[in-house]
Amino acid sequence: MASQSNYHPQIKIEPVAKWGFPDFKELFHYRDLLFFLIWRNIKVAYAQSVGGLAWAIVQPAMQVFIFSLVFGGLLDLDTDGIPYPLFSTVAVIPWIYMSGAMASGSSSLLTNVSILGKVYIPRLIFVLYQVLGSLVGFFISLILLFAVLLFYRVGLTMNLLMLPVVFVLMVMVPLGVSLWLASLTIRFRDVRIMMGHLMRALIYIVPVMYPSSQVPADVRPLYILNPFVGVIEGYKSCLLGQPFYWDSLMTSAIISVVLLVTGALYFRRMERVIVDVI
Amino acid sequence: MKAIQVDNLSKLYRIGNTSDLESSETNRFVKLLQRPLNNFRKYRSLYTFTEQELAGESNSKDILWALRDVSFDVDPGEVVGLVGANGAGKSTLLKIISRITPPTRGRVTINGRVSCLIEVGTGFHAELTGLENIYLSSAVLGMRKQEVDRKLDEIIAFSGIEKFINTPVKRFSSGMSVRLAFAVMAHLEPEVLIVDEVLAVGDAEFQRKCLNKMSSVGRAGRTVLFVSHNMAAVTRLCDRALLIRNGQLVMDSTSAEVVHNHVAADSDNPSYREWEDLETAPGDDVVRLRGVRIVNANGGQMSSANASRPVGIQMTYDVLEGGHILHPYFTVVTDAGVNLFSTADSDEAAGQVVRKPGRYISTAWVPGDLLAEGSHYVRVVMRSVTKQYRPFTERDVVAFTVVDDAYGSVSSSWWEGRPTGLIMPKLDWSTEYVPSEMIIEG
Repeated sequence: MASQSNYHPQIKIEPVAKWGFPDFKELFHYRDLLFFLIWRNIKVAYAQSVGGLAWAIVQPAMQVFIFSLVFGGLLDLDTDGIPYPLFSTVAVIPWIYMSGAMASGSSSLLTNVSILGKVYIPRLIFVLYQVLGSLVGFFISLILLFAVLLFYRVGLTMNLLMLPVVFVLMVMVPLGVSLWLASLTIRFRDVRIMMGHLMRALIYIVPVMYPSSQVPADVRPLYILNPFVGVIEGYKSCLLGQPFYWDSLMTSAIISVVLLVTGALYFRRMERVIVDVI
Repeated sequence: MKAIQVDNLSKLYRIGNTSDLESSETNRFVKLLQRPLNNFRKYRSLYTFTEQELAGESNSKDILWALRDVSFDVDPGEVVGLVGANGAGKSTLLKIISRITPPTRGRVTINGRVSCLIEVGTGFHAELTGLENIYLSSAVLGMRKQEVDRKLDEIIAFSGIEKFINTPVKRFSSGMSVRLAFAVMAHLEPEVLIVDEVLAVGDAEFQRKCLNKMSSVGRAGRTVLFVSHNMAAVTRLCDRALLIRNGQLVMDSTSAEVVHNHVAADSDNPSYREWEDLETAPGDDVVRLRGVRIVNANGGQMSSANASRPVGIQMTYDVLEGGHILHPYFTVVTDAGVNLFSTADSDEAAGQVVRKPGRYISTAWVPGDLLAEGSHYVRVVMRSVTKQYRPFTERDVVAFTVVDDAYGSVSSSWWEGRPTGLIMPKLDWSTEYVPSEMIIEG
């Protein structure tokens, strides 16, 4: 009987020994699955909820509202002359994406244990669908961003041309972190427990509640080592016309590439033994 | 080119069996402080092994060879059964071949796309509708969307739940989900299909459907590797079978031969029993049972019987007190607990013999082409006609398995379906042709 696909691999199954990169050809064959898993996640996340996808707007709106109340109103924080709600919206929206993608990407293998032990799928799919799937919420929350930009009559600048680069960086950072943490979580559950604390602490070391101008200059070299900083500063430059923070942007780009490459290598090595150590 | 080629495959597991108890309180306290470090070492080394362990020189109870130096290959289009007791390593082998877990040593080469069915409904999500689950589950099993699009109507029709196709699966009955899941599986078209105990779930109707589908898959020229505890299914579906015992491949032969061998080794159902001590043997001062066994036509003991050959049920008993008329009889019970038949010596003369003290051996011959496949249990009873009582009644004393070699006279006509009924007699049939002009209408 003729097979229905032109994908006829010769599969060699050998002990884990070699380091290597993911099999992109195989990954490409599974692109439909990636799509279905993303779509399943959205469908399941909002199943039987009246609001549905509108919740993707409510979450950042609430966050911005609370921050504006506390930091803009109560503490009257100096945000380089930018109205606090505007400053906050531009930072909160990529932040919610990155923290969400990192959290779900890191636990993606644990949450799919039932499939892992029953059928072979390139395990990278699980991390990818979580990190890429979170983009759906991000795109919806852009409605809030546009509304706020319109409200404050923010003009467009040439800085906007850098937006695609910043956007790609915004996906790369949580993807790189997730590749590492997803495989580590499988071996040491401590990582998952740590994640919760890490996420709560992380928001204080990114310029989301406060502008990075509040960070002392001599601490800044250390501060920008956090790759999330460059992304959030990048969004501020692109959307609000502030000059680019090249130091943080470049650092973020280098660190995210390193995270992604090493993460992919480590993940590739660990994905084979996942079922044995789970 | 082989479809599957397995070379010296071994799999070592760390089973986490190292509990060292400390006697003194101080030692225990030190251990407590060291625990995070020990845990780290333990979890780090879950999948790594020392040279010594790999060489098989370690006596550590912490490791387990789930598979050891297994080699075989499968030609394209072959349907091969994998037989073995629980824990023999069958599932580990399937998991390596389906790339769920890596081998510790050795290699497997597969030519073509592989689908493995280890569970019914892999990838199903309760919140999604039936239709959505068809797409998701197909994708999880490695199908492209366009393939599913093309076969969608067929899949839905096969599942028989057209009415509920847009209902979330969480509102399905469990039977409906299984039918939907199987419909998806049945329409996979991989070059190599790996099937674990999937057939163990579902009702008889569902199992029959699975078996039929499997045999048609085999005929369609695809390679199937099939694990089952259902020996009848193995002999019927597979030409060839592999017997795995303690992680090693011990037999690679025709499925009938392998099944016979496997059943013979199955010690749960002894095919013979002996009572060496006269005092504790079943019975009383008149007669005591000394042994029961299953024999073949040559008088040799056996535990699995070919469906087309006669089976002898034999009991040995010592008469201790003369002057009684004794009737030995057997009852054969199926594994479902149904009394199939009881048999006593129907010879009138034999039924009137007044026994002298001494040893007797009585054998009842069940003809070939009568019993159905499966396990049969034997109840052994002795009745005293003189005193109207039973000196002994022993339930499920011995068991034997009837195996239908696919080449046998009985099964050839059964290929499509599951033999139904408690017995599988071979009957004489006659068919006459009546020319139409001979039929007088009205």
